[in-house]
Amino acid sequence: MAGLHSYLLVSGLLFAIGLAGVVLRRNIIVVFMCLELMLSAANLTLVAFSRFNGVNGLPDYNGQMLVFFVITVAAAEVAVGLAIIVALYRARQTIHTDDLTSMRG
Amino acid sequence: MPLPLFWFFAILMLVGGLAVISLRNPVAAALSMVASFVGLAGLFIGLNAYLVGIIQILVYAGAIMVLFLFIIMLLDLKTEEKRAPKVVPVVGGLGIVLAFTIQLIGVLGKTPPKESEPLDLVAAATHQTGGIQETLKDDRLPDVNLVGDLMFTEYNLPLQIVGVLLLVATVGVVVLSKRQTA
Repeated sequence: MAGLHSYLLVSGLLFAIGLAGVVLRRNIIVVFMCLELMLSAANLTLVAFSRFNGVNGLPDYNGQMLVFFVITVAAAEVAVGLAIIVALYRARQTIHTDDLTSMRG
Repeated sequence: MPLPLFWFFAILMLVGGLAVISLRNPVAAALSMVASFVGLAGLFIGLNAYLVGIIQILVYAGAIMVLFLFIIMLLDLKTEEKRAPKVVPVVGGLGIVLAFTIQLIGVLGKTPPKESEPLDLVAAATHQTGGIQETLKDDRLPDVNLVGDLMFTEYNLPLQIVGVLLLVATVGVVVLSKRQTA
């Protein structure tokens, strides 16, 4: 049986991978995908804690409710974010973050 | 979940994640993200969170990734051309990630390990009522019933708020994608 530590380590590594992608990649769609990876890593932590801190012999379903809401909000966020990317591409013909400097101080 | 199965899904998830950030072709990155989410769904199901695992496959690996592929197709993105990476952000970013990983390993090394206790479904049946209790007495986990029970009673208000949020997102996307006619 895998212990809580294995799950936390794996989800932490997935979060680190997502963070590295957000910082290193310049393609805004891939940056967006890495954001999703980080949200999923947080979901894995929540489900692991929900399973390992059982209530009356059942998993703690409050944690899974939070996962459910995170997934819903992430879906809404993806829809709005991709619409913004499409609008951006229409205006600028690029999705390379280095070319988007109009808000640089 | 048996240990070999845990590592199979965990490594599938992590390798998928690494492929997302290392492949230059956006379509390949999106497809490796699907692999990563399938591994994650396997881990969820191994944690007895069957509903969340299925939702992960249907919503994330299915709907959201199709949306990503659709946008990539719509924008007609070619493989990213090689540009010289700027040194300062790369070093700073990798430094943050490295510090995070070291911190994580340090914290996990200091806390006592916790093993999963097997679910005691028959004992849990005494705290439940109705159909949930019947299923628990049969030593089966009524995962969807338990989630639904909690969602429509204790989390009713957040559920409705999320519904409004989805409506706002839908309207917002329509407004954003409409071509401005001056």
